[in-house]
Amino acid sequence: MPANDIAIVGWGLAPIEARSPATEPQLCLAANLAAIASAGIDRHDVGFTCAGSCDYLTGGPFAFVANLDAAGAWPPIAESHVEMDGAWALYEAWVRLQHGDIDLALVFGSGKSSPSNPIELYPQQLDPYYLSPLGLDPDSLSALQARALLDSGRATERDLAEAAARDRQAAQGNPHAIVSGAEDADTLLASPYTAPPLRAHDLPARGDGAAAVILATAERARSLVERPVYIRGIAHRLDVHQPGMRDLATSPSTTAAGRAAGLGEGRVELAELHGGSTAQELIVAEALGLGGTTTINPSGGALTADPVMATGLIRIIEAARRVADGTARRALAHATNGQALQHNLVCILEAD
Amino acid sequence: MAQPCAVIGVGQTKHAKARADLSMPGLVREAALRALDDAGLGFGDIDAVVIGKAPDAFEGVMQPELFLADALGAAGKPMIRVHTAGSVGGSTVVVGAHLVESGIHQRVLAVAWEKQSEGNAQWGLAGGRSGGIGAGGAFAPYIRSYIERSGAPDYIGWQVAVKDRLNALKNPYAHLQLPDISLEKVKESPMLWDPLHFLESCPSSDGACAVVLGDAGAAAASPNPPAWILATSVRSEPSTFPGRDAVRPRGGVECAHDVYRQAGITNPRQEIDVAELYVPFSWYEPMWLEGHDIAGPGEGWRMVDSGETEIGGGFPVNASGGVLSSNPIGASGMLRMAEAANQVRGLAGAHQVDGARLSLGQAYGGNAQYFSMMVFSSTLER
Repeated sequence: MPANDIAIVGWGLAPIEARSPATEPQLCLAANLAAIASAGIDRHDVGFTCAGSCDYLTGGPFAFVANLDAAGAWPPIAESHVEMDGAWALYEAWVRLQHGDIDLALVFGSGKSSPSNPIELYPQQLDPYYLSPLGLDPDSLSALQARALLDSGRATERDLAEAAARDRQAAQGNPHAIVSGAEDADTLLASPYTAPPLRAHDLPARGDGAAAVILATAERARSLVERPVYIRGIAHRLDVHQPGMRDLATSPSTTAAGRAAGLGEGRVELAELHGGSTAQELIVAEALGLGGTTTINPSGGALTADPVMATGLIRIIEAARRVADGTARRALAHATNGQALQHNLVCILEAD
Repeated sequence: MAQPCAVIGVGQTKHAKARADLSMPGLVREAALRALDDAGLGFGDIDAVVIGKAPDAFEGVMQPELFLADALGAAGKPMIRVHTAGSVGGSTVVVGAHLVESGIHQRVLAVAWEKQSEGNAQWGLAGGRSGGIGAGGAFAPYIRSYIERSGAPDYIGWQVAVKDRLNALKNPYAHLQLPDISLEKVKESPMLWDPLHFLESCPSSDGACAVVLGDAGAAAASPNPPAWILATSVRSEPSTFPGRDAVRPRGGVECAHDVYRQAGITNPRQEIDVAELYVPFSWYEPMWLEGHDIAGPGEGWRMVDSGETEIGGGFPVNASGGVLSSNPIGASGMLRMAEAANQVRGLAGAHQVDGARLSLGQAYGGNAQYFSMMVFSSTLER
């Protein structure tokens, strides 16, 4: 792990909605302008920009090119793009800042899920030879994974409902939540199955949105904000793609990413987890060894507001927000990429 | 400060209209295994994998790197998927180099690919809508504007088309092998997008390219000579707006000046021994020579006309045959970097430029709005 501390000094979110009337570039612009304003910087001082999005959500090849209109790319900018969640764009920008020749980076992640049908879309994200032809949709794959967890004996359907109740109750205080509610686990357990053993509240409320972050070198950060949120560690790891080739009830890549990010060096007071189901949240929490002293998903988490391709970056923002305001000194953010927790990123955030 | 980084392994597939003998994993694996073999390494020696390709709609798989990871030994490692339109192959090497230069990793595998035979690139380029004009249709007005601005004679484009196809005859991996190419044949080939004839356009190819990037220790341990990376740069600008110079995009000018500054190059035409430039349509060779300030205004086409850009000329461009001879879109930019690297390694085979010590790799994409550039050297210190 390199020595240079990089800090989060600003962020912005476009309104997160199940179906936004705004175009994706408009959402990006709202998030980027908010982030730049919150950091108190001039956009011309940004030395590197990195975006994360996915063409397939809107079904338009080169959809990401239009988002460049929201990046302030005139005069021309040093910019890159990952076909991944914005959390990985943040990773690339963090790498770029390690070089030491620039001191500010703009990162944004965006997605509009509303134009596509997840049941039709996500099978195309799977192996085109062996899996896509099966039409394996994300709810069904999540259900298979949840069943593997239940069969392992390490969780029950009530545990899933309690995770959902916790997330939905926390989401009541989040203006960006798409769903929220005060129901307890018993009430949730009484609702019908969507894809057994999962119910609607176990699955993500997908939507449209964008999020942006300003990163700064430690020196620049201290000149910009009173309490910089330092990235003490960030790492990501991938597991094999074929669901039949791994134990779906565990997430070794999450464990490895957490170790590489330095998770073991201190207690984490709160964690924002990017699960695609309640079962995935439990699997991730277990993979990271998060116990009863860590507050999980104080924002309501990814299930209550899932603007795909921004969701992981929002986990980093929601954790950073709570370090910046003094709620926590050390926090963890997790992001995932692909189906069934194939690819996982862990970011450890700290105040001085 | 950035750590030194070198290309220590290069691999590519035989490019063809359809590699029906290979699945997508088989295609990327063919290039990756050749790059690892060149570096004397196996998948187990690699710390991270960076994958680039152009739009997923070209093959109809959303984020295909998620399933290709299994074929690239990426399980248990970090993997990054880059997408910056046509420049992506170049950007992918840049992202990989940054992982080494930052001191995070010692050995990174960067892979870029496209299997155009799986889909319809014209449909993809049109954003999935009807009425698409193709890349040639988008660039033809810029080419026409260059011709008017520079006063270049019409045969300049034909000369580039012939030169690159003759170079491709020296490259066993090149898709097009046209031994009987001639100015007359190019001129007589169907007009696709005036002034571009059929033979002035790139083919649609299946292919992949891979490079292994290593730090100083990895370079010292590698069996073949390294290509030291003296400079990396990327630039992006909006697709279009009134007043934008699409013939000589400012992003391309600034990207070039950034790599020259990093590499200590003050006279690129004199100092650079060989360049691999992204020339999907013949006229882009003189356009980039001028657009990257290698040649002055109106001088680019004169370099072509005088034979200066041929192998054996003073400034050889696309000794490999270039994009005009092989165009697996997502990989085309990485092929520019890989070929430029192999030139300074002395490993370019029959299309080796004698004594090449300093080389330039360039890729561009979108509406001539995305740029990635690198400078390679046979020695860490120039």
